[in-house]
Amino acid sequence: MGSNSLHVLKGIDFSVEEGELVAIMGSSGSGKSTLLNILGMLDELDEGTYDLDGVPIKDLNETKAANYRNKFLGFVFQSFNLINYKSAMENVALPLYYQRVGRKERQEKALKYLEQVGLKEWAGHLPSELSGGQKQRVAIARALAAEPKVLLADEPTGALDSKTSYEVMDLIQKINDAGNTILIVTHEPDIADMCKRIVHLKDGVILEDKKVNQVRAAQYV
Amino acid sequence: MFNKDRWREIIQVLTANLFRTILTAFGVFWGILILIILLAAGKGLENGIRADFGDIATNTMFMWTQKVTKAYKGLPKDRVFDYKVGDVADIWENVDGLRFVSPRNQLGSFGGASNVVRGLKTGAFTIYGDYPEIIKQEPMDITSGRFLNQSDINEKRKVAVIGIDVRSSLYEKGEAFLGTYIKINNVNFMVIGTYKKSSANGDGENAQREIYVPFTSFSQAFNRGDSVGWMAITAVDDVPITDIKEQIFNIVKENHKIHPDDKRAVGHFDLNEQFQRVNSLFGALELIAYFVGILVLLSGVIGVSNIMLIVVKERTKEIGIRRALGESPWSIKKQILMESIFLTIISGMAGIVMGALVIYGANFVLEASGPVPMFTNPNVNLGVVTVALMILIISGLFAGFIPANSAIKVRPIDALRTE
Repeated sequence: MGSNSLHVLKGIDFSVEEGELVAIMGSSGSGKSTLLNILGMLDELDEGTYDLDGVPIKDLNETKAANYRNKFLGFVFQSFNLINYKSAMENVALPLYYQRVGRKERQEKALKYLEQVGLKEWAGHLPSELSGGQKQRVAIARALAAEPKVLLADEPTGALDSKTSYEVMDLIQKINDAGNTILIVTHEPDIADMCKRIVHLKDGVILEDKKVNQVRAAQYV
Repeated sequence: MFNKDRWREIIQVLTANLFRTILTAFGVFWGILILIILLAAGKGLENGIRADFGDIATNTMFMWTQKVTKAYKGLPKDRVFDYKVGDVADIWENVDGLRFVSPRNQLGSFGGASNVVRGLKTGAFTIYGDYPEIIKQEPMDITSGRFLNQSDINEKRKVAVIGIDVRSSLYEKGEAFLGTYIKINNVNFMVIGTYKKSSANGDGENAQREIYVPFTSFSQAFNRGDSVGWMAITAVDDVPITDIKEQIFNIVKENHKIHPDDKRAVGHFDLNEQFQRVNSLFGALELIAYFVGILVLLSGVIGVSNIMLIVVKERTKEIGIRRALGESPWSIKKQILMESIFLTIISGMAGIVMGALVIYGANFVLEASGPVPMFTNPNVNLGVVTVALMILIISGLFAGFIPANSAIKVRPIDALRTE
């Protein structure tokens, strides 16, 4: 962004082990989204290092970044970000398409992940025909489809009511139980409590980094 | 590149806002339609004019004598002279690339006094003393009997080939005419054939009122000695007569002691030059058709480019999502380019088909309503269609280029933030 660059993060040093479920918390402006974007290779760091699964992430051009995102990362956004003219299944199959997976295999995999999030029978529906919670579950299925190393969720429950939020968190916990590494940016304490580790950010530095006892979302569903 | 999913996506995107797509496509459709129609109209005009030239050997010039305008070698100006038979031999000998050199003599003219008599019937016709080659320079159909031949020339036979209108003026309907005699200026000639000229120059009627007799017998019968009234000279196909005519002029000027700079003494009409002028006119017409057509097409292409920019703008967020999911910038660029090319080609094809229908309709009407002067069979050939398709692909590429670049110029993170 050139001359008007802003130092949002001022020295973040932390590592995430495989299979962790980490909540990144902080008030707006604390740098949590920037951190997630850097982790997601959507933003660049100007100082420091970032290693993902032993691969140093640096000097990325757009093509390389796209390739890494596709292979290593799954994104879940607050506003779902489904492609509205594609059916649920096509949305889920999209990352596989970029991996040049064959059409048939793509559909099978997409259906498998849709089944995992409990939306198999909605496979042919357009996003506009789904509820908010369903959309987010399709988005999660899409993030999982490419079998990424890390799942990055930016306020995944931000646009959902609390009951639906817990359903989504229940799904995320189950995925985590299956061994996936997940990072969630949130400002809701109850959502953060459903993770295994909470990192508090304030003004671009880590205020607190603690392991917590996970609250299972299933009891609220 | 041409996999099913990409095509599905192209169709999905273009049909998402069908009305807008059709309006956009119309610009290109219209452009190519205009281009095709202009080219076809030009071709129709060309065909019409060419039909008027008929089968005449166009690489031909006619040469006659005029008054000498410069005194030279002791001879005064304002002198009149005649070509001689010897000039023909000299021209043959000294000029390369000639096909026919036909000396001609002429008697009488259209609307002149009666000069041909048969029994009680008389008529005024143009009589030509000619060599047999003339039929290749001024094509005519021999409808009965035969045309002049070399033996007629050698033996100075008094034979005549008459136009079909000469026949109908001098003979009753159904009357036998081959082998009968007609009197031309009181000299008997035997009719050996009739001809019909397919001329559309407006003198179609007069063209059938001529009589051809052997050059040698003409000279003898009408006391022309070795004079030659005028000549029709045709060059071989790849040597334009225009290029070698000066050589011919120089030979006859030398033979008749005419000042080399005398521009007026040798009169001529260069059919090739006229024909080339007409040809270049059609070249210019075609150029104008392409120019106008492509300009109209260009505005259509700009329309496509414009709409693609809007599509890209509308899809900024979607493109951001795709890139976050790992689609490479090149793949996105390709997608936009293909959408643009596809739209251009589809609408262009529709334009070509429509153009073909219009041409078909025009030909149908032309056929039904009979020949229209100077306009025959408008058409475009396959080459033009190929060129049009090439233009379409290239313009589609151009139309998509700016939008495709703008699609990947936005960083994915910014694209994701747009609403």
